[in-house]
Amino acid sequence: MLEIKNLTKVYEGNVQALDDVSFNVQPGEFLAVIGLSGSGKSTLLRCINRLVEPTNGEVIWDGVDVTKAGPDELRRIRRQIGMIFQHFNLVERSKVLTNVLAGRLGYTNPAMSLVNRFSKKDVEMAYKQLERVGITDQANKRADELSGGQQQRVSIARAMMQNPKIILADEPVASLDPVLAHSIMQYLEKINKEDGVTIICSLHFLDLVHRYANRAIALNAGVLMFDGAPKEIDDVKFKEIYGKEAERVG
Amino acid sequence: MRCDLKKKSSILKSLRTGLLIAISIIVFAYAFQVTNVNFETTRSEVRITQLTRVLRALAKPELVEYDTTEEEISSPFYLPCPDNGEIEGIEKNTNLAYIQTSVICASPKETITVEGFNMPANIKGPINFLAASGVKRQLANFETNSDGYFSVDVVVPTRQPVAEAQYITATIRTTTGLPKWTETAKATWDKIIETVFIALLATTIGTAASIPISFIAARNLMKDSTSTPTSTALNIIGFPLGAYLGYIFSKWIIDLLSPFEKNVFITLIGLIISGVIAYFSLRKGLPSEDIKKPTNSVKIQRFAFIFIAGVMAILSIILFGEFTKLAGEALENLLGPIGFLGYALFQIGDITSMLVPALTAIAFGGVIVSVFNKVGLSLQDNLNTSILKIINIVLSTIAGAILFALVMAVINWFYQFNNPRISLYYPVIIGGFAGFILAVIAKPKHLLPTGFIIYTITRTILNALRSIEPLVMAIIAVIWVGIGPFAGSLALALHTIAALAKLYSEQVESIDDGPLEAIHATGANKLQTIVYAVIPQIIPPYISFTMYRWDINVRMSTIIGFVGGGGIGFLLQQNINLLSYRSASVQMLAIAVVVASMDYVSSKIRERIV
Ligand SMILES: Nc1ncnc2c1ncn2[C@@H]1O[C@H](COP(=O)(O)OP(=O)(O)OP(=O)(O)O)[C@@H](O)[C@H]1O
Ligand SMILES: [Mg+2]
Repeated sequence: MLEIKNLTKVYEGNVQALDDVSFNVQPGEFLAVIGLSGSGKSTLLRCINRLVEPTNGEVIWDGVDVTKAGPDELRRIRRQIGMIFQHFNLVERSKVLTNVLAGRLGYTNPAMSLVNRFSKKDVEMAYKQLERVGITDQANKRADELSGGQQQRVSIARAMMQNPKIILADEPVASLDPVLAHSIMQYLEKINKEDGVTIICSLHFLDLVHRYANRAIALNAGVLMFDGAPKEIDDVKFKEIYGKEAERVG
Repeated sequence: MRCDLKKKSSILKSLRTGLLIAISIIVFAYAFQVTNVNFETTRSEVRITQLTRVLRALAKPELVEYDTTEEEISSPFYLPCPDNGEIEGIEKNTNLAYIQTSVICASPKETITVEGFNMPANIKGPINFLAASGVKRQLANFETNSDGYFSVDVVVPTRQPVAEAQYITATIRTTTGLPKWTETAKATWDKIIETVFIALLATTIGTAASIPISFIAARNLMKDSTSTPTSTALNIIGFPLGAYLGYIFSKWIIDLLSPFEKNVFITLIGLIISGVIAYFSLRKGLPSEDIKKPTNSVKIQRFAFIFIAGVMAILSIILFGEFTKLAGEALENLLGPIGFLGYALFQIGDITSMLVPALTAIAFGGVIVSVFNKVGLSLQDNLNTSILKIINIVLSTIAGAILFALVMAVINWFYQFNNPRISLYYPVIIGGFAGFILAVIAKPKHLLPTGFIIYTITRTILNALRSIEPLVMAIIAVIWVGIGPFAGSLALALHTIAALAKLYSEQVESIDDGPLEAIHATGANKLQTIVYAVIPQIIPPYISFTMYRWDINVRMSTIIGFVGGGGIGFLLQQNINLLSYRSASVQMLAIAVVVASMDYVSSKIRERIV
């Protein structure tokens, strides 16, 4: 369903963030992306929905090349791809409900959203998604009044509003404590198992990778170093991915 | 060796310091000369007395006055002394206030002493000579002490000799009743209200206009907007074309409607019908959700509906303008004391009518640009590079010619060359050539940073506008719309737009990018991203800057009257020119009170929000 072919990204100032990365993603997979800080994980995820414009290569989504899509096409592609961020990226001064409803913007008419109107169906759907992540009672609070774990759940609800076929999660638990981390990962797992949503998730902790992912890819300085089942990451592979001095923790 | 080096550098250093000090002394010495610094004048006695007088007047604002009653105390006086020396003495009631002259008769120009007894304590008043003819002449002023006594030497005036008694009088003025506002105070009140409303209008209009501009002037919103050479050229050709068509179209509709424009009922019915049609065709043309990719026939159908909606909207805006004008006119007479509501309505209608051609032009331009954009994109996708390159060269030659011709038309308006060679042919040739060269050099699919260019142009215009002082703008506005508060409001509004758009856009530039990215990732377009991710983040700083600007506008509107911009400044300047400092003092007081209270209120509101 998603094919990444020879993806390369060179940022301004000649920073090579991705170097000829190719891999495929099967429907229903839970794919972990690992690698050191600065290895290009975020860049990879953002190239998939073109939040970052790739320098070279193709991203084929359902047979369409995302990198060549025009504005309307891109909008239709993006709304099927949910995204979750390390720092939640909620609009802090808006209500939780509005934040969740914003996930619907790819479907609503731009002129209509000027007057801040969502259909009743969308509002009902938003409450349903909030219920799934267990924070219906917070719907009318301002987003910044919520704790980190709650905010990340709001952002999952927002992504789910898109009816996504795939969710890109960029270190979704890196700013949460371990207990909350597991609870968020379990929500993702549930979405993956129950709704069949494909998940690509960049992670820093290998135990999370082992526990939740059924496949992992690893980047080192923008180069794809590993592609396989998490349990295949042995000490040799580990040193390849994280460098010679690295020690395994956790 | 090292020591030596150090020494050398320290000598150099002190030389440099010395030089710097010398230069600054010279600069300041020169500044003294250019600014005519002359402290001798500050000590000159004449000037100090003048200053004291003015300051004392300023300290006594002419705010309230009292009704007064006058009582004349008189004492008979003979001028000159009668020849026979017979003078009828009169009895004075020494229990009441009375005055006594040192002599009872005298010749002209003799000095006599006038004493007053039992007068009210500590009062001032005039001493008059009341001639037999009834003519009064002031001789001096008296000032009683705490016992109600005074003594003043006066010179007896020269008069025709008269036999009977004339009078020397002292006038006691006593205030009665409650204090009343002076005329000055009333006029000041009227004008200070005007001042506050000038500030209010300027701030409101300025804020409303600068919000959309601030988005265009924000780097982070604009830097990602790029377009292909094909679309860019098509836009440059399309917008003026569309704007021109729109202008013609609106004129045509206005002409078409003109027979009915004086009829309230037809305009009202027309307004309702066109409004309803516009609404429903808009709903049809813009479905609230699009789950599947729309087919071409659906797209054409929608476009037709949007087109109908657009035309109907223009129609209803025109009719709205006409209707509000008529209604406003009628209400102004009908409503009596609150007739100003009708006046406001009329003005709103008038503004609407005035803006219709411009709005239509922009709307048509926008439509053509968006259609051309789509055309450009599909050309881009479907043509091979060499054909695209040829098309680009043709289009960008035309675009360059049009762009240069338009810019030159503006310049020509100012300088009136009266020479089509300069104002038309050369720009067309040069522009076309520039466009041609650009298209030849540029890769046909290379993206141009259109957003960044628009951002830069907007910023430059704003910076230029902001550097023009509001007072200067007011002078120009006065020429345009005449002396009065309207000119002041216009000038301040324009300056507000320039200043606020910059402050606002800096706020937009400093917002958190995360939410923007997240909203963008959901498939939201630019407009939706602004509504859902940008606006919630900028509301508090926007309000705070608006309050700050309101504050500045109140200050500015107090002095904009100096150049004819209405408000209290006009009164103040008048009084200063007439040397009525006590009146001027009232206006200064009013300004101080208003500015201080606005300062307080706005800081309180800012505290609340931020
Ligand atoms: N906007 C940008 N401009 C220039 N260079 C960038 C930009 N964003 C990222 N980079 C560089 O690209 C490289 C990859 O960055 P990226 O954010 O993708 O890494 P990452 O694996 O997500 O790291 P982390 O784990 O710290 O989030 C880094 O060297 C980074 O400095
Ligand atoms: Mg990252």
